[in-house]
Amino acid sequence: MDTLIAWIMRAIPFGTIIMYGALGEIITEKSGNLNLGVPGIMYLGGFAGFASAYAYENASADPNMALCVVIALLCAFAASMLGGLLYSFLTITLRANQNVTGLTLTTFGMGVANFFGVFILNGRTATQSMVYKAFQTKAPFLSNMGVLGQTLFGYGFMAYAAIALGIALHFFLNRTRAGLNLRAIGENPATADAAGISVIRYKYLATCLGAGVSGLGGLYYVLDYNQGIWATTGQIEALGWLAVALVIFTVWKPLNAIWGSYLFGMLYWLYQFLPSLLHISVPGYITELIQMVPYIVTIVVLVFSSLHHKSENQPPASLGVAYFREER
Amino acid sequence: MENAIELQHITKAFGSVIANKNISMSVRRGEILSLLGENGSGKTTLMNMLSGIYYPDSGSIKIKGTPVEIRSPKDAYLLGIGMVHQHFKLIDVFTAVENIALVMNQHEKYDLKAIRRKAREICDRYEFDIDLDQKVYEMSVSQKQTLEIIKMLYRGAEILILDEPTAVLTPQETDKLFSVLRNMKADGKSVIIITHKLHEVLSISDRVAILRKGEYIGTVETSEATESSLTEMMVGQKVELNIDRPAPVDPHLRLSIHNLSVMNEEGVRVLDSIDFEVFSGEILGIAGISGNGQRELLEAIAGLQKTESDSSIVYYPDDDKDSTAEQLIGKSPKEIRDMGVHLSFVPEDRLGMGLVGSMGMTDNMMLKSYGNGRSIIANRREPRHLAEKIKEQLGVVTPSISTPVSRLSGGNVQKVLVGREIAACPSVLMTAYAVRGLDINTSHTIYRLLNEQKKKGVAIVYVGEDLDVLIDLCDRILVLCGGKNNGIVDGRSTTKEEVGLLMTKLKARKGETA
Amino acid sequence: MNKTAVHEPLVRVIKRDTISLKKKLLIRACAIIFALIIDAVFIYFVTGLNPLGVYQAMIRGTFSTKMRFSWAMRDLASLLLIGIALAPAFRMHFWNIGAEGQVLMGALATAAVMIYYGGRVPSWMLYSAMLAASIFAGALWGFIPAWFKAHFNTNETLFTLMMNYVAIQLVSCSVTIWRGQASSLGKLNVKTKAGWFPSIWGQRYTINLIVVAILTVAMYCYLRYSKHGYEISVVGESENTARYAGINVKHVIIRTMILSGALAGLTGFLIVGGRDQAISTGTAGGNGFTAIIVAWLAKFNTFIMALISFLLIFLEKGAAEIASTYNLNDFASDIIAGIILFCILGSEFFIHYQAVFRGHADKEVC
Repeated sequence: MDTLIAWIMRAIPFGTIIMYGALGEIITEKSGNLNLGVPGIMYLGGFAGFASAYAYENASADPNMALCVVIALLCAFAASMLGGLLYSFLTITLRANQNVTGLTLTTFGMGVANFFGVFILNGRTATQSMVYKAFQTKAPFLSNMGVLGQTLFGYGFMAYAAIALGIALHFFLNRTRAGLNLRAIGENPATADAAGISVIRYKYLATCLGAGVSGLGGLYYVLDYNQGIWATTGQIEALGWLAVALVIFTVWKPLNAIWGSYLFGMLYWLYQFLPSLLHISVPGYITELIQMVPYIVTIVVLVFSSLHHKSENQPPASLGVAYFREER
Repeated sequence: MENAIELQHITKAFGSVIANKNISMSVRRGEILSLLGENGSGKTTLMNMLSGIYYPDSGSIKIKGTPVEIRSPKDAYLLGIGMVHQHFKLIDVFTAVENIALVMNQHEKYDLKAIRRKAREICDRYEFDIDLDQKVYEMSVSQKQTLEIIKMLYRGAEILILDEPTAVLTPQETDKLFSVLRNMKADGKSVIIITHKLHEVLSISDRVAILRKGEYIGTVETSEATESSLTEMMVGQKVELNIDRPAPVDPHLRLSIHNLSVMNEEGVRVLDSIDFEVFSGEILGIAGISGNGQRELLEAIAGLQKTESDSSIVYYPDDDKDSTAEQLIGKSPKEIRDMGVHLSFVPEDRLGMGLVGSMGMTDNMMLKSYGNGRSIIANRREPRHLAEKIKEQLGVVTPSISTPVSRLSGGNVQKVLVGREIAACPSVLMTAYAVRGLDINTSHTIYRLLNEQKKKGVAIVYVGEDLDVLIDLCDRILVLCGGKNNGIVDGRSTTKEEVGLLMTKLKARKGETA
Repeated sequence: MNKTAVHEPLVRVIKRDTISLKKKLLIRACAIIFALIIDAVFIYFVTGLNPLGVYQAMIRGTFSTKMRFSWAMRDLASLLLIGIALAPAFRMHFWNIGAEGQVLMGALATAAVMIYYGGRVPSWMLYSAMLAASIFAGALWGFIPAWFKAHFNTNETLFTLMMNYVAIQLVSCSVTIWRGQASSLGKLNVKTKAGWFPSIWGQRYTINLIVVAILTVAMYCYLRYSKHGYEISVVGESENTARYAGINVKHVIIRTMILSGALAGLTGFLIVGGRDQAISTGTAGGNGFTAIIVAWLAKFNTFIMALISFLLIFLEKGAAEIASTYNLNDFASDIIAGIILFCILGSEFFIHYQAVFRGHADKEVC
């Protein structure tokens, strides 16, 4: 039982990172843009959030915890949106190929974050502990209420914000006019255009806001999951691709991203907890194989959705295709 | 009676092609007007100017007496004009209600329940039978069409334009649509229906406006019109074309098609038990309103269509009728070619099927022959010679034989395609709309080429849309209607009226009613 | 096709019909110069260094010594070969994002043969087995998504992307097994040197350079002159036309992806045997992704690919040089390369389209 709880408590923060990444990418892909720059954007978000909090703490004599959190969030969001804006300008206005632009953005974002990470921090790796503590502040009382309280409420606020965001996004897509228009654009931009919807504006907005949300995943990784330590590892990149995989797994539905991300988290940590749960010992190499499972599951989902042709489970029909009104 | 629409001196050109020439006509309130004309007579272009897709080069439009400018579909909506296009503008994964919500007024509150209620009211008023919560991809074609009409009415359309609405409907569905249209008329709305089916024109409309080759011919009261008077207005006087028609020499049976049926993806029978024969040394014309199975027929013979069981296409190489007859059904184009059957096919979609637009003439020459020989290297010397030859003999205007063919004009593209297909020394040559979009001179070049092949003993299947040409060029004409063989007439003795009637009205058959 | 611009906007974009080679080159050159200016500004603001001095340092990264040039060539070989592997897939408009995984699978197969058979079989047999295994493994990784694409039209971009990570995990699993109690696997067969490429002109990777040079020419010819190459172009342009021409589309898709995967697998073989003599999840080093950009920008021309690869490697080496000279870190190369690639990608627009200003255009564009 303890193992299971420990497992869940590892899986949920892990899931939260990729949930942000996936939710952002769902918004983007709903507009018909396949942004393979998610890993780069998550790097940008993580770095900007970290660096701004760090700068604020160092500059201010009496840093305010709440303000620090707000600054980190805003900077992460803004930096990621800039990444999205760059992608949008190239793919929407200049109609560059989406895949290639996305991959370049991944390299670029990774480069920017890691270069400045080392450059600005000048070798130091950790922030002063304040912002990290702020991000990990748990709900009082609730998190102390025994095992259940701990499992349900033992995380920083961003874990809950992600769930709220997922639900909000679900409502946005399915219950609002803007959501309807956005989905229409992803399916058939020409029809949306004929209905008088501004395709270009929606694509820009969705891609930039989507990038902003994805970037929060990077922020959460650095300031909460990784305990406020900026490390130049490749970890964020792998998480970014996992977020892209999660989008496929959810069949482009935000609510699925909530449980899907936790499932991916459980699968990711499977190797550590399953053996002790079953009281068996597993050689090290098996754990590597188990980490493959999320990707295999995603491939299976992808194959099944193409096999069954169930229209609800298909990618947005115009995904990856630039829209040019005169090219019908 | 007040005029809902007045068009004055509308002209619209696309490049050098004039689609509408100085058209002035009017539509009354509370009437159903049929807009009648052959393919390419400019009906759709004219209506697209009312729905905001195109903007006229010159001329003016008045709606309910006031001059207006229609610059976008949105403007058209605001003026109460709604058009149902042949290709529906619907989002497949949305429900009917969601599709309606997509076009609603910007000021209206987004409330699917309210939209459903209002849409329901419209359905009840005009007796539409539709499930508003159904997804579009689950709908039949007729349901999609109904949804498009509801969409327009929801948006407050007072004038409804339908572009060939019955082309995709069964007779029962057509009856239902017509009763809806009558309800709308009773409600004071104006309906314009673009069509070329004469019996429908006569049964539904109050007046008929006729276009021919981009020009307005006139408007007549339906009660004073007959099928033959309308046909005459639609096709005009016979034009003297001076196309040769040598008598077939020594014809042999070349292709025997029996019980050929094809289902399309939506499960509609687009070809229904077709029987006919093609002889060497003759040109068999295929007439019919476009979309009545012509494409499927040629593709089935070429091995590109999945056919229903019991279909049979037998090929007879030469006089020897029994020994070497080959069944073509179930064989791929390559297998047919490997059997030694020289089938040449000039498809309707020149750049999307017959040629590769981004490649030059040379590379396009080898499209069907590149696989010849054992070498792993593709031989480009002969294709290059061929390209040079075709360029010279047919007068293809191109900067060089390596210029991508998509940059050539339509006529030159067609010369490249026809030239290649003829160069393959075919025993059967099939052409679909071989002269569509071509000028008179190029068209005559094509006719001359076909006649040369005919004299060589090639069996030619010519799918065309210009009845004058079909009657002057072909030995026999098979008329397709609704995917059925509606009769084969002799090109030397038939009249345009006879073919026109066969095209638009399915002949009653044994045990069936028309 | 026709869209009347009634409310004619200030700038309208129309598709270009033709563009001269000169103009094309000019646009690309402008893009690169523009990018270099941005890069210079970036370097100046970040470091306060004189950009010209920095560019000099960058040139040193590749050209200062013979050794450095040789290393640059070595890295160029890996990147270029992956680009060559991707060329036929891209020519077919098949988005093979999975080169990274295909390379890793080839490397993994090579390493496995080295470990299990090194020193136990004659060396010619060992090399052949390494070669065959790497090609097979890469081809398999190309075949799987291609089969699903051909039969069920499964989205190949996402499928191949996922296959990368399956490959990465397979490699890290194998490495874990092979290293046993050691902290890392290190070089393979250090004592016997079995499976290591022989040293030619002082370097083991000389063979890599030769193979890549041959394949650059061979792939160019394959795509341009062979029947297969012709089929690939037709399928890529229009499946409908391909069917009309009697081409078996499924067959071509699968065959081409097997070839693409096999060449990527071969890259893995060359990297393990000729360059690293080791394997890790970083063996492909992101080149599988970078090569996508290389292959896309060069379309299917392998010689242009060589030029672009050289440009990227030059930047990478140059950035590494700056990093060591000025005490920065070599992630700068990602930024500098990113800016250049963004500019080239953006410049494609001006090659395919043309902006028309109000009042300067004919009324209607067909």
